Amino acid sequence: MSTATTPAPYEPRRAYRDTQDVVLGGVASGLARHLAVPVLWVRAGFLLAALLGGFGVVLYAGLWMMLPSDSRFEDTAPGLAGATRDGRRPARRRRLSDVGPAVALAALGLGAVLSLQALFGGGAVFWPTFLGLLGLALLWRQADEAQRERWTNQTGRIDPVRIVFGSGGWASYARVLAGVLLVVSAIFVIGFEGASADAARAGLLAGGLLLVGLLIVIGPWVFGLASDLSAEREERVRSQERADVAAHLHDSVLQTLALIQNNSTDAVTVARLARAQERDLRAWLYAGEATDESTVASALRGAAAEVEDAHCVSVDVVAVGDCDLTEQVRPVVAAAREAVTNAAKHAGTGRVDVYAEVTPAAVDVFVRDRGAGFDPDAVPADRHGVRHSILDRMQRHGGTAEVRSAPGGGTEVRLHLPRTQTQEDPT
Amino acid sequence: MSQPPGPTAPVRVVVVDDHAMFRRGVTAELAAAGPGEVEVVAEAADVDEAVAAVAAHRPDVVLLDVHLPGGGGVEVMRRGQVPEARYLALSVSDAAEDVIGTIRAGARGYVTKTITGPELVSAIRRVADGDAVFSPRLAGFVLDAFAGSIEVAAVDEDLDRLTEREREVMRLIARGYAYKEVAKELFISIKTVETHMSSVLRKLQLSSRHELSRWASDRRLL
Repeated sequence: MSTATTPAPYEPRRAYRDTQDVVLGGVASGLARHLAVPVLWVRAGFLLAALLGGFGVVLYAGLWMMLPSDSRFEDTAPGLAGATRDGRRPARRRRLSDVGPAVALAALGLGAVLSLQALFGGGAVFWPTFLGLLGLALLWRQADEAQRERWTNQTGRIDPVRIVFGSGGWASYARVLAGVLLVVSAIFVIGFEGASADAARAGLLAGGLLLVGLLIVIGPWVFGLASDLSAEREERVRSQERADVAAHLHDSVLQTLALIQNNSTDAVTVARLARAQERDLRAWLYAGEATDESTVASALRGAAAEVEDAHCVSVDVVAVGDCDLTEQVRPVVAAAREAVTNAAKHAGTGRVDVYAEVTPAAVDVFVRDRGAGFDPDAVPADRHGVRHSILDRMQRHGGTAEVRSAPGGGTEVRLHLPRTQTQEDPT
Repeated sequence: MSQPPGPTAPVRVVVVDDHAMFRRGVTAELAAAGPGEVEVVAEAADVDEAVAAVAAHRPDVVLLDVHLPGGGGVEVMRRGQVPEARYLALSVSDAAEDVIGTIRAGARGYVTKTITGPELVSAIRRVADGDAVFSPRLAGFVLDAFAGSIEVAAVDEDLDRLTEREREVMRLIARGYAYKEVAKELFISIKTVETHMSSVLRKLQLSSRHELSRWASDRRLL
């Protein structure tokens, strides 16, 4: 894919609810990621704000309603996405270390609210409100869960029981039951409180509360539907594109298999075809690793792939860290390609290991084979490959190269190029 | 340290993969190594079968596919109640999160399905003997994970960093060195290389309780 040359379109940074790191609704952790601050600060902030007449609670609830959740359509490689949908990949488990502080914070917050309550009185209003809010929070939590499961549900049909309970389990039943009980008892408490004074007004109040409660419970579905619409449109475009790529790959695999059938007696060709095809498919399915000339790692992978095809060896590239392929670091890639080609030509084994490490300070590349090896000092002066293409090239560009080899002991070429901190583009 | 059984006792293996063809192929490939090397005692196609097979046969090594119906290989390791069984992941996926996630869940090694039969047998042997099997690629992921360029789900911000020595060992393995060559290069014994490997594994597998108590003690809450 050659989209690397065009500048990426501007994308506004959006805040999402974090559905992986959920404590209550994932609002705090999502916000923390968006603002790039520790999640504990955000939680403490909500807690402090909650002391301001419950502002934090309202804010949390509002954000829970308005923020879209992050992982409705995860953009992973198709093989991984498919395995995830079939439930063949591990789900992330919740971390205890995150629940602990949250519980502590919640307890502290409750204590603060209660002590405020004790100072200023008003327990009669507080308790039913508290119960009602707790019930609503539970119901909302359940609705949220059920909705998240609907996104990952593949059948596409909408089952009324599924809408409420998700995929079931005692936790969701308990949540719904406890939530409904709490809301109903809150209404009752308020109703009876008012009955002594004015029964009619209490009934009205109870009915109104029930209505508000229902609205809030249905809220996530309404909001969810609205935001799902645009997300689904995006998803359709994406799946069409993906179908095109899949068709293309399918053809290429079939082509390769046909070629292999025709050349089944030629082991070398079969191996080459199979290797090239496997590399293609694996990169597309699992890694999404590019082999274009955009970064150091992808350029190395591209070079390795070309040598693999040309010389019929397998080249294993491991890259740690990465940076853009600037003019400054281009020589190290070229030298590495030369070293890999040498290893493929002369080592006599079918395997070359390439390890690249890009740090802010330098680019290091190691090319290693376990083949015949040679004596570097005994190379005749008229042979230019190693000397010119590797050693001199690296020196010209301010780096170093070292060839370690011994007859029978394999060869390792070490390339080192310091990166200057001033990132000026020489073009 | 309990010594592994002598070279004549075969390593007892359970093969877990959801493709019957692949299981058949692996079993044939392992049998080709000759009697007394590796003995496949059971096969399983999903998480439930695998947990049952491991409990029933108590194998030395479980050859585990990473993508499995019922929650993946991680789920098998989580539910497996046989502490002496060692897990070697065998997967077609070499996506970083799969590799790191599987190692964190307790696998002692991770090899891809392009591995040859003899290499697989030697990997099984090494895992059975208590070593870790680190491919160059795996070592690269570990370095990347600790350098922070892969976002691993649950890597704490202040997870133990690798020591300089462990980093050197990982770097050499990523460059394609065998344990023996690493030992020679760094002038340490093979035993020391294995010690470094196991501490890398330990650092990848911080348990939740450990994480929690560390979190608390770092913040002077305990």
